[in-house]
Amino acid sequence: MIEKNEVLIETKDLRKNFGDLQVLKGISEKIYRGEVMTIIGPSGGGKSTFLRCLNMLEEPSGGQVIFEGVVLDAKSTDLNRHRQKIGMVFQQFNVFPHLTVLENITLAPTLELGVSKEDAEKEALELLKMVGLEEKVHEYPRKLSGGQKQRLAIVRALAMHPDVMLFDEPTSALDPEMVKGVLDVIQDLAESGMTCVIVTHEMGFAKQISDRILFIDDGIVAESGTPEELFEHPQNPRTKDFLSKVLY
Amino acid sequence: MGLGPGLLDVLRDYYPIFLRGMVGTLKYAFIAVSLGSILGAFIALINLSKSKALNTLGAIYVNVLRGTPLLVQMYIAYFFIPIAIPALNSVSKEVYVLIALILNSSAYVSEIIRGGINSVDKGQTEAARSLGMTASHTMTKIVLPQAIKNILPALANEYIAMIKETSLAGTFMLYELMYTRTLLANKFLVWQPLFIIAAIYLVLTLVLSWGVRSMEKRFSVSD
Ligand SMILES: Nc1ncnc2c1ncn2[C@@H]1O[C@H](COP(=O)(O)OP(=O)(O)OP(=O)(O)O)[C@@H](O)[C@H]1O
Ligand SMILES: [Mg+2]
Repeated sequence: MIEKNEVLIETKDLRKNFGDLQVLKGISEKIYRGEVMTIIGPSGGGKSTFLRCLNMLEEPSGGQVIFEGVVLDAKSTDLNRHRQKIGMVFQQFNVFPHLTVLENITLAPTLELGVSKEDAEKEALELLKMVGLEEKVHEYPRKLSGGQKQRLAIVRALAMHPDVMLFDEPTSALDPEMVKGVLDVIQDLAESGMTCVIVTHEMGFAKQISDRILFIDDGIVAESGTPEELFEHPQNPRTKDFLSKVLY
Repeated sequence: MGLGPGLLDVLRDYYPIFLRGMVGTLKYAFIAVSLGSILGAFIALINLSKSKALNTLGAIYVNVLRGTPLLVQMYIAYFFIPIAIPALNSVSKEVYVLIALILNSSAYVSEIIRGGINSVDKGQTEAARSLGMTASHTMTKIVLPQAIKNILPALANEYIAMIKETSLAGTFMLYELMYTRTLLANKFLVWQPLFIIAAIYLVLTLVLSWGVRSMEKRFSVSD
């Protein structure tokens, strides 16, 4: 087991409103280095919003996000520098269609980290090999399947050497036969010790991979615990209700 | 009084005048759209900025220039600029009319650029920013290269529209196609120049539109 005592990300009373709509109603959580945390919950409960607040894609309306000891939502914070350490993978892949597979991966490291083109390409090739895409190096993303695009998106984030990876329903937009390939990559990553925060509707996967699961409902963490605690002995009636709907 | 000389006779006798008018039209339209594009790019940035005050200013600029007739704008430029800015008195009157054309074009171009940038999926910006890319790198390396596919054909269409708009400049004696009508009316040629001018406009716009369509096709292939 990995020692899980260093807090990597902490939220303190995190709140987010969209206009009059309160989407996050005060979430205080700690994510430890090396931890794999999955977030489950009903649609519209605020899972994506919570995840997107962790790297400030959504600006919190109240509370704090502290990453590696730095308050991200402080005016003086150099957000770009910290975002480089927080990889993110989206449901819709968001690969860059005007760049080749290789360029998708090398662009940010060369531009923002000052890595030489040569080194960036060498590393990109290794990453592509890791996810079985080495033959696609010079293709444009339009030639890739959904699963391949998502694996590209994952290694694009990894090329920045992040300390944590955020996944927002990484397999929800995929054809069923593509799901496993992507989940395998995430699992390998988690097993290699990468801190992961994963929003998912794949309950089996959540059960198997998580150190801890958050059940977010109506803008709060309604329940949290190990997979065993949450799936076998849910305490909150809303958790029970939700699980009864998603588990057959 | 009969119809007078036929179209072909007039065209043969006066083709240098029409040619010069056509070159003038193409030139003024080009100046208006290219300088209008530079100005329009700044207006687009103002309209896309996060500052509400700047957004309001930009919206006023665009709405006024698009909501009032170009001819009125030209008259205002023609008569008001020399009064308001005496230093410009020595500048040729051609420049005042051109300023109106440029400002007018910049309003339309700013909307073209804004629309092109907004047409790029927001997920692209989010992916770039989540990698820690700066706002300006995100714009220059991710958003603009994708927006340009929509912007370029629309800009070309703006140039085609501007070819027709510049006909108003003839009112102020700028030597463009429509001005040839004034020149030839002095020679008692009333109807022939009008048809010749219309035919030249039609050929110009049709040929250029065809060019734009093939440009669009090329872009959509590379999608
Ligand atoms: N940019 C936005 N503007 C306005 N409302 C928003 C915005 N983003 C999210 N919301 C609203 O916030 C609420 C929570 O959305 P969120 O995407 O966080 O839910 P979720 O738990 O991820 O749901 P799902 O499982 O469907 O992805 C929803 O009611 C949604 O409509
Ligand atoms: Mg969501």
